[in-house]
Amino acid sequence: MIDALDLLTNASLWAAVLRIATPLIFGVLGALLCERAGVLNLGIEGIMTMGAMAGWLTVHGGGDLWAGLAVAAVSGALMGLIHAMLTVPLGLSQHVSGLGITLFASALAYYLYRLIVTVGESPPTIEPFRPLDLGPLSDVPFLGQVLFAQTAPTYLALATALLLAWGLARTPLGLAIRMTGENPHAVEAQGLDPIAIRIGAVVAGSALMGVGGAFLTMAAFNSFFPEMVQGRGWICIALVVFASWRPGKALLGALLFAFFDAYQLRLQTAVEGVPYQVFLMAPYLLSIAALILVARRAEVPEALMTPYRRGER
Amino acid sequence: MTEVLALEGITKRFGPIAANEDVTLHLDRGEVLALLGENGAGKTTLMNILFGHYAADAGEVRVMGRPLPPGRPRAAIDAGVGMVHQHFALAANLTVLDNVVLGSESLWRPRSDRTAARARLLDLSDRFGLPVDPDARVARLSVGERQRVEILKALYRDARILILDEPTAVLARPEAARLFETLRGMARGGLSVVFISHKLHEVMAGADRVAVLRGGRKVAERATADTTPAELAELMVGRRVERPVRRGRRPGAPMLVARDVRTDGLDGVSLTIRSGEILGIVGVSGNGQAALGALLSGLSPPRHGTVTLDGRDVTRHGPRDMIRAGAARIPEDRNAEGVIGEMTVWENAVLERLADFSVGGFVRQRTARRHADALIERFDLRGAASGTRTRLLSGGNIQKLIVGRGLTTDPRFLLAAQPTRGLDEGAIAAVHAALLAARDAGAAILLITEELDEALALADRMQAIVKGRLSDPVAARDADAGRLGLMMAGDWDAV
Repeated sequence: MIDALDLLTNASLWAAVLRIATPLIFGVLGALLCERAGVLNLGIEGIMTMGAMAGWLTVHGGGDLWAGLAVAAVSGALMGLIHAMLTVPLGLSQHVSGLGITLFASALAYYLYRLIVTVGESPPTIEPFRPLDLGPLSDVPFLGQVLFAQTAPTYLALATALLLAWGLARTPLGLAIRMTGENPHAVEAQGLDPIAIRIGAVVAGSALMGVGGAFLTMAAFNSFFPEMVQGRGWICIALVVFASWRPGKALLGALLFAFFDAYQLRLQTAVEGVPYQVFLMAPYLLSIAALILVARRAEVPEALMTPYRRGER
Repeated sequence: MTEVLALEGITKRFGPIAANEDVTLHLDRGEVLALLGENGAGKTTLMNILFGHYAADAGEVRVMGRPLPPGRPRAAIDAGVGMVHQHFALAANLTVLDNVVLGSESLWRPRSDRTAARARLLDLSDRFGLPVDPDARVARLSVGERQRVEILKALYRDARILILDEPTAVLARPEAARLFETLRGMARGGLSVVFISHKLHEVMAGADRVAVLRGGRKVAERATADTTPAELAELMVGRRVERPVRRGRRPGAPMLVARDVRTDGLDGVSLTIRSGEILGIVGVSGNGQAALGALLSGLSPPRHGTVTLDGRDVTRHGPRDMIRAGAARIPEDRNAEGVIGEMTVWENAVLERLADFSVGGFVRQRTARRHADALIERFDLRGAASGTRTRLLSGGNIQKLIVGRGLTTDPRFLLAAQPTRGLDEGAIAAVHAALLAARDAGAAILLITEELDEALALADRMQAIVKGRLSDPVAARDADAGRLGLMMAGDWDAV
């Protein structure tokens, strides 16, 4: 038991928390942006897979790491555009379309991957994002290792959270997005186009999901393999509810889940006599518990999952 | 007088139905114009075309002499047209200021200027006498306050022409009177107002001029000073409308009897309704009417007391057993408790008595549809076929469906809660006639209403409901509006 508590003062645990949280932060922010505009995006799991593959492929083909992130964002945005066209102007079921996008994008990512890498070959690795060296800051004991020795995308994720929180709360565009999720008729009555706003939000949110997926291949595992997203997308969908559709709380939720995950990894080796599967389950169980505690007070965007048709009530 | 708005030859078709046909309308600066018509006459469609929600098939809209591009709300707003929708276009989870500011700034500004916006909103609210709290969440506001926010939204965008779609449908009478006072003040200040209504008294009191729409066409235009409510009613409906008159009838044996009933909202209620009699319960809403309705439709069993129907104890009966025992109901909120809007007319028509229309667990669709067709014919549901989705019907036709569904079973007891709320003249007359026919056929009817005219026209006896208690009954021949008013105020000793 002493070992288990000792782990908490270990800087590498806290550094791992930020690392594990990064793809979740991108994913949850992306899902949140879509939902604030009124569209549930269950395509997230597939879009993250697509982003992971596209980022990896770009770098594998000789591209720059940042070009890889950009390509991942564009591929995510394209998948998001399909989801948006099906659910917004056509008003189809957001569940069905989202799950369809997940199946389609995952399969397409795997297919493109197989065009390059044949079965049986071991997955080729790329040169990933390296932890930044911020000079003296990185040398500060404990804090330096936790906060100032992360890879660039991690800082990008934190900055995106701040930007989205500010944007939604303080800018005219953010207000228009929130209003579209609450009552698209009100948006139309004020002379704006709720359909365009929804499409834009879904495309932008999906781009973020793509970047989140790319972190997995470009900073965590250095190579692509199918099923590598491993339900992170679904976790993000749950985290949006946990966060009560607020970016600040979403960031917190992603960090909390990442903490559970990082801690259980270390507990697996530190505590003996308990099957490791118990620890593997723990983050999910704790997430469900947290969700139950928090979600009852959640304020759902009123028009979430309600298609908007002009001139109809 | 300068003309600010002109609609020229507007025509709009939805499929084969013409919602507007060649409508021409003019509005001057500082004028209040009423657009009068029954439900479905095309008033809302016309205003939606003006505001750009729909594009007209033919015709032109000109604001301040300039033609407005069709189908673009933004262009209408920029030209100075503001619309207050009947179902408010507000986001309930956001603040008043959020709702007002939306769309007034460029979407690409990095920051919304809230200080200036708040000052401007407070200034407008002050100038036009429309008090609001800019930081209150809309969900917390009363309907009257929400309507003020809607008007302020339009004023904030510099509206010179204000359109209000059935502005009093959701307001209590004193609130409605205050609204018209505000609109008058705005008109004196140089704004022009168009409001849609089907209520004659408010058109007469609130407007300078009235345009009457019927079946999508403009049938008349009058200055309110030169017309009478009777003339307008006739123009609106296209024929003379007279509400049916109650004839004397000797009531039969007691049919529904409640003794000392206590529930949440009812405090020791006793009443007796005899067969062939209408008992009117009058009162200001919120005094236990909803609880009484729930009790007698079997939705909430009482803590204390008994209810019998034709001598049998039904105190603990749920809705289904109540219906089997011969009760029928017209619920207060027809859309929430009366029909399922997404289902068809025939499905709603048989929903309460599915067992009568099914064999071995299967619904006999053909019989059910025939039943619905007969109901449509007998109760004059216009624009409906048995396969029509119910929510596409107007409020009046939905109400006729509910009334018809209850009455085709020849019920022994009928609960009618606010049966004509929100209906136009023609539909009110139809519902009244149906209730009186049921009474003459021997049903015991409980009429819960806020409209004194309605109680006086229909009920054989009346009781007032105040804070969950009932006054002693008064016979129709002894009742008048003054006496009922005192009873509703709880002044039972004075009467």
